[in-house]
Amino acid sequence: MRIALILLAFLPGCGEVWNDPYPASERGGNILYSAFEQRPKHLDPVQSYTSDESRFTRQVYEPPLQYHYLKRPYELVPLTAAEIPRGREIDGGKFTVYEVRIRPGIRYQPHPAFIESNFGLPAEKIRDLESPYELSSGTRELVAEDYVYQVKRLAHPRLHSPVLGLMSEYIVGMREYAKALRSAGARDGWLDLRQYPLEGAEVVNRYTYRITLKGRYPQFVYWLAMPFFSPVPWEAEKFFHQPGMAEKNFTLDWWPVGTGPYMLVENNPNARMVLERNPSFRGEAYPAEGEPEDAAAGLLADAGGTMPFVDRVVFSREKEAVPYWSKFLQGYYDEATIGSDQFDQAVRVSIEGAAEPSAEMLEKGIRLSTLVSASTYYFGFNMKDPLVGGSSERARKLRQAISIAVDVEEYLSIFQNGRGVVAHSPIPPGIFGRREGAEGINPVTHVWRDGRAERRPIEEARGLLAEAGYPGGRDPATGAPLLIHFDTATRGPGDKPRLDWWRKQLARLGIQLEVRDTDWNRFQEKIRKGTQQMYGLGWAADYPDAENFLFLLHGPQARADGAGANSSNYGNPKFDALFERMKSMANSPERQKIIDAMVEIARRDAPWVFGFHPKDFSLRHAWLMNAKPNDMAGNTLKYLRLDVDRREALRHEWNAPVLWPLALVLVALASFGVPALRSYRRRERMAARQG
Amino acid sequence: MLAYVVRRVLYAIPILIGVNLITFALFFVVNTPDDMARMQLGVKRVTPEAIEKWKQERGYDKPLLFASGKEGFSRLTETIFFEKSLKLFAFDFGQAEDRRDIGSEIRARMGPSLALAIPVFIVGILVNITFALLMALFRATALDFWGVVLCVAMMSISTLFYIIGGQYVFAKLWNLVPISGYDGGIDAARFVILPVLIGVVSGMGSGSRWYRTIFLEEMGKDYVRTARAKGLAESAVLFRHVLKNAMIPILTGAVVLIPLLFLGSLLAESFFGIPGLGSYTIDAIQAQDFAVVRSMVFIGSVLYIVGLLLTDLSYTLVDPRIRFDG
Repeated sequence: MRIALILLAFLPGCGEVWNDPYPASERGGNILYSAFEQRPKHLDPVQSYTSDESRFTRQVYEPPLQYHYLKRPYELVPLTAAEIPRGREIDGGKFTVYEVRIRPGIRYQPHPAFIESNFGLPAEKIRDLESPYELSSGTRELVAEDYVYQVKRLAHPRLHSPVLGLMSEYIVGMREYAKALRSAGARDGWLDLRQYPLEGAEVVNRYTYRITLKGRYPQFVYWLAMPFFSPVPWEAEKFFHQPGMAEKNFTLDWWPVGTGPYMLVENNPNARMVLERNPSFRGEAYPAEGEPEDAAAGLLADAGGTMPFVDRVVFSREKEAVPYWSKFLQGYYDEATIGSDQFDQAVRVSIEGAAEPSAEMLEKGIRLSTLVSASTYYFGFNMKDPLVGGSSERARKLRQAISIAVDVEEYLSIFQNGRGVVAHSPIPPGIFGRREGAEGINPVTHVWRDGRAERRPIEEARGLLAEAGYPGGRDPATGAPLLIHFDTATRGPGDKPRLDWWRKQLARLGIQLEVRDTDWNRFQEKIRKGTQQMYGLGWAADYPDAENFLFLLHGPQARADGAGANSSNYGNPKFDALFERMKSMANSPERQKIIDAMVEIARRDAPWVFGFHPKDFSLRHAWLMNAKPNDMAGNTLKYLRLDVDRREALRHEWNAPVLWPLALVLVALASFGVPALRSYRRRERMAARQG
Repeated sequence: MLAYVVRRVLYAIPILIGVNLITFALFFVVNTPDDMARMQLGVKRVTPEAIEKWKQERGYDKPLLFASGKEGFSRLTETIFFEKSLKLFAFDFGQAEDRRDIGSEIRARMGPSLALAIPVFIVGILVNITFALLMALFRATALDFWGVVLCVAMMSISTLFYIIGGQYVFAKLWNLVPISGYDGGIDAARFVILPVLIGVVSGMGSGSRWYRTIFLEEMGKDYVRTARAKGLAESAVLFRHVLKNAMIPILTGAVVLIPLLFLGSLLAESFFGIPGLGSYTIDAIQAQDFAVVRSMVFIGSVLYIVGLLLTDLSYTLVDPRIRFDG
């Protein structure tokens, strides 16, 4: 006992932390530690579309363009391209040609697919592999053909590219190409797409390729910054199609092959994904320009420095918020997002509404970043519904009244910890077409007073309701309160307060709200069939352009009539005509005018209660430099730099093991054990008792 | 005995078909093949053609249970149920909806699951027996009384509370172990020590009470009275006679659980970041991955049947009166 106590007292002197979740061999390494919650489904750039996947794919694959890391509004800059391609109209605007010139000398990461002898591997050799990188690796130069090969892969019959439908609308010959490929090649074998030419995507020379679009589509350049248009070497496809590879989960869908600053060297989506510096990476200079405040924030200190700065990035899977947050506070994650449960611990909101790290966070040197994301959450009306839908004055005023009554400011305060900006149109901040200040408010729901937007009083909503023919929220035909259904897919009892809040909002108008709660699949089915009445949905931008938000209200894209994204099934001929004009225009004062007119129509027709644009809050430790939230650029890891010595020192300071409780446990056990033993011995010696 | 085992294995076949049918029915009551396709393809920019193509590739474009347009036996064979179920009986699980090989995943995840489940199982039994024996030894004393109170209190607390409380106290407050994570080989020990401790403590209340009841029942029997009358010490009575006879229900109760250890723990694996089979099952349910759900339920059923068979066989080992032949 005494020895144990001495040992326990001695152990802290060893100076080691006991709760470090990483191997001792990684200590002191230039390694960034992060976490992921959802396992990625696809790492093939032809399919990958979610942020769970792009955090990996965007570090490996390099499309021709990227977004400037620091500048706002978002600005496209070349990545592997020599310059931003300009669309050249031919046949009087019937077609637009984009010629993309890539820079010579860019090389792929080392990979076994670039070694000839790794094709035709014996089955037993593949069976014994733990990672494809156990084989000898080679590299080669990036060429224009790799980009064309990937454009063709969008139409691959065994891959499911989410953008095939959209690209078939624009890339010349894409739809026919997809049909032709369906009848080509073996079902499971490698389909060598080099043998199948695509009219709209062709190689001009070793470093130049050409994409021909039908009509005008200025937003196409944004797609050239997305992984769908990254290069894929044909050798990689061929390599992974060898028999026995799929059984080992060795596929291009799980082992990306790119030219980016990092390569995926450990792929265990159940526990850990590891990116390592690509030794073939050419190096890229850290930007020297940014927003005015970036220099003061130290974001230009590394200007001109060669990226990437970090050697390895380790992503650990954390499915639960509690261990994730605790490990961040212990210094085992370098950055973290803030869950609702941790918000009060992490953030202090001043009376003026400014968010700052809490005293506890400041004490640890933790910094806070906020970003209004390029996304929108809205509460929609189904325009096909006989009560709330349609273009009649009665329905329009009913929708406007509800739009005033739904207090989005209160919603943000109660359910989002204030993390959001009230939406006055579908277009979020930072996107061309959005108006700020007095001219940016929705006059149907707000007035501009004392330099800020103020929601119109509920009396005005009641007035509109009376004008709609529902005085006091009652249907004059029946005398009963108006009944409106809110279709939603809740995740559990935790959503009840939210639904109660919704009932309260409409009760202020005398309207009875009935929640039709279902699972996500049935909710989606209702939206597809157009049988919902009111509902809530969100949209995150693919690219920073107003078209990518306003198309959510474009009539021909009504969800119930096809597979569009217009879930409200809204249609207004004027709006649709303006949309057709606006979508093919470059940003200009004229385009702004058209967007203004469209927004005004949408506000007046009120197919949505414009909800909010979420504000992302993230925290990072003092040792992590150059972190600036960027909603568009996914390839941000290369910009980050670490002060490893500082991290090591603080981790030791924060995680010294506390051993006295163990001693206490030993003492407690002894204090119970000794009397028990005595009692037992006494009973053993006791004489037999009568009766 | 061999005939008995063969007979039990044959009985298992209709049971497994039944379990498979129930899983199939339950899954497709709440999910349609269209829902599955949408879950895999995402909600952005998904066309009806893409959904049809996805279903066609994976055989989900066929009727669920009965192909009315077909002739003869094809009415049953050209269905989703038949095509997806048949290979299971050869333990060919195929691919998950994200195209990862299920067999390969199961093999990889079995180790972490067992690294957690085996110590919880063995240490749990030892601790429970020890505590129950102590309570039985000190029966009708303050130690027994408070022991039972403690057991009832421990049974009343949710496992989630043990997990979150354990993580907070041991990993965050006292910094003694990593709060979550996993590593292979010997390094796994420092990650599983806390979940094992929590697993043992959370199961101690019910386990110890049950074993105490068994011990007390045995202690009231004639042979114990005889042993005491012979003047044996109480410890000798307890360890040499009571424990041996009480092992029959303990052993049979434990043996049935052994095969199920492979399935892992749904809750603990999620909270402690252990990439085991429990975590795999939860992920599959959330992702509406029928291929994985079906495989895991099938394996669970097989293991349960094996467990019951082993239990029956274990009777012959611990109780010489039981024989299967003749």
